[in-house]
Amino acid sequence: MRRAKLEWTKRIALTLSAVLVTLSSAGRSRAGELERELRKPSELSWGGDLQGGAPYVFEDETQPGKIRGFEVDIAEALARRLGLEARFAQNDWSNLVPALERGDFDIALNGLEDTRERRERILLSEPYFVYGETLAVRKGAPASSLEALSGRRVATLNQTFAHDFLKTRGVEIVLYEGQQEPYADLAQGRVDAVLLDHVIADVYGCPLPEVRCLPEDVARGTYVIGIAKGRAALKRAIDDALAAMRRDGELERVLRTWKLWDERQLTLASTSSVASATSSPSPLPSTAPGSAARPPLETPSQRGFDAVQLALFLQGAGATIAISLGAFALALPFGLLLAVARAFGGTALRVAATAYIELFRGTPVLLQLYVLYFGLAPIVKFDAWQAAVLGLGLNYAAYEAEVHRGALMALPRGQSEAARALGLTRLQTLRHVLVPQAFTNALPAVTNDFIALLKDSSLVSVITVVELTKRMTISAVDLRDWLVPGVACAALYLAMSLPLARLSRHLERRLAHDSHPRLA
Amino acid sequence: MIRIRGLRKSFGGRFVLDGVDAEVREGAVVALLGPSGSGKSTLLRCLNGLERFDHGSVEIAGLSLTATPATSDELTRLRSAVGMVFQEFHLFPHLDVLDNVTLAPRVVRKADRAVAERKARDLLEVLGLAERVHARTFELSGGQKQRVALARALVQGVEVLLLDEPTSALDPALKGEVRDLLRRVRSGEVGERGAKPLTLLIATHELDLARDLADEVWTMREGRIERRGAPA
Repeated sequence: MRRAKLEWTKRIALTLSAVLVTLSSAGRSRAGELERELRKPSELSWGGDLQGGAPYVFEDETQPGKIRGFEVDIAEALARRLGLEARFAQNDWSNLVPALERGDFDIALNGLEDTRERRERILLSEPYFVYGETLAVRKGAPASSLEALSGRRVATLNQTFAHDFLKTRGVEIVLYEGQQEPYADLAQGRVDAVLLDHVIADVYGCPLPEVRCLPEDVARGTYVIGIAKGRAALKRAIDDALAAMRRDGELERVLRTWKLWDERQLTLASTSSVASATSSPSPLPSTAPGSAARPPLETPSQRGFDAVQLALFLQGAGATIAISLGAFALALPFGLLLAVARAFGGTALRVAATAYIELFRGTPVLLQLYVLYFGLAPIVKFDAWQAAVLGLGLNYAAYEAEVHRGALMALPRGQSEAARALGLTRLQTLRHVLVPQAFTNALPAVTNDFIALLKDSSLVSVITVVELTKRMTISAVDLRDWLVPGVACAALYLAMSLPLARLSRHLERRLAHDSHPRLA
Repeated sequence: MIRIRGLRKSFGGRFVLDGVDAEVREGAVVALLGPSGSGKSTLLRCLNGLERFDHGSVEIAGLSLTATPATSDELTRLRSAVGMVFQEFHLFPHLDVLDNVTLAPRVVRKADRAVAERKARDLLEVLGLAERVHARTFELSGGQKQRVALARALVQGVEVLLLDEPTSALDPALKGEVRDLLRRVRSGEVGERGAKPLTLLIATHELDLARDLADEVWTMREGRIERRGAPA
């Protein structure tokens, strides 16, 4: 359900940001050297999602911080040929295109399929890989073609060619964000089939004992590199380098290293025309012998949750704490100002504060993060951490405002009268008498809100920040295990929130003691 | 000299003060008697600007109040000269006794903290609270709260002190103590001695208090002063 909501808000935000980005790029100069089109003159930064895992791009378990994958090799080869240094930029896969458009990296290189929608939105390079769409069903199930699955539940990833493809096939589509989960659900019987690229199927689906992969490709398509509109020189340079890699055999060598070279790739040699002639992949006739030999792929060794993982988790927890503290440091004072404005301000101030509070409380924080990070990018370009802290801070300010306003309104009228009778102005009364008392009274609620913020901070992974929950999902896909990383992640959240919950109870008790000393 | 002329004040269409005319000479002690709802508290609150009134005028501590709202500056000056002690004291629970007493000198008069604290300590000592300067207000007894509220008002060197039911929140045993205390306040033995003798207006139900302390007793009824005279 949460995912459905997430999708919905994401779509609004992405549409909004697409409009803004298109508006801004219209005036951008199309001319210029390759260097001028790069973020840094000596660097080729490429965006991908580690959560996509092997064999695309994944963390080397033995050397934390080092990444591996066939796309890593391709990116490095491209950079080398262009005389540049390759630099990886972690980004949520589903947001690669908007992040590319806002200029977070030079190219998007992460299993990006050549689809009409993408072609309309960004520049796409010549292909570097041909994939087949593999249909996986449960072992023992009778279905042996997509047609036979009419009306059944078929899983795939959001924003993929397979998703578009399924839309016209009369099946019930079930969308996922990660590539391991659809196969897990297939094994569990939650869905009837999975349609995904053969690279994903070969690693995450076909090896499962409960799963059978149909030998024939349902459709074929190509992976291409995404380049922001208007960067013609960069696109030319990438295409030239790719063509050279095809000619001198480096591309084949890379794909062979990763055991990805198969007969599908033979069409790559002549793909330039194929890919550019048809802007999206076409389904193969189901009778076509499109079956490819399925060489065993290199998969990460079956390592468990170890010290390296733990260190990464602690790092993630550190990010969670940093974001939460930063956001709360903004939310508390701003919320207090809003509360005072709403409770004691003039009409204009009161209306403005009320509007702010209703807007930020009444819309999903996820939407706010998207708008802040992607939507506003053409106007103000916050980096991911700034947007995370600002987004959560602005959102929580609305909640803190109501907590403080409640505490202010709950103070006995006599307090402000006594202060006024002593000659304090309204402002002095607020500052010296009302706000300090309201703040103390609100502390238990404020502490609870901070605990909620700790957990809500996991939402910032959608704007590329790797905090504790994102770290957990990356590890879970790497380790093919959601249980141990999940428990470790939960343990770390509890280690952060339980002491705070205790503090909150302690503050509550002290408060009760102070205001009702005779009961204590 | 306090001069009250034709004072009228309504709440929701009902006149709580319905034409009050009175004068108080400097240094006098006036007790306001009368049943609940007769307008005693409202009259006191009008005298230091906590309530606006609809008609009439008040001259107090050299300032003139009318139905037109006073400016913030005027109110600050008024309140520096006219102190108020509330029936429920309304001490500030987030501050200790000393900070309760020094808040106004420090914030309103911008007095140096050390100077303000020395004055406050002297006053609290006279009031028998020397040992309690760092107590939180919820730790105090009713009588102690009363004395802190008094110190908080007196430390500013006010010319007029308004007391709203000073004994009603206290045990009967303490009432005599308050009478003695107010007598000492009146004589100038307690409190910052201003340029002018302190004028006291006390709204009370206690006939004893009025008889012992007051130079003049006003009996209020339905928003008017029904009778003015010497204590019976």
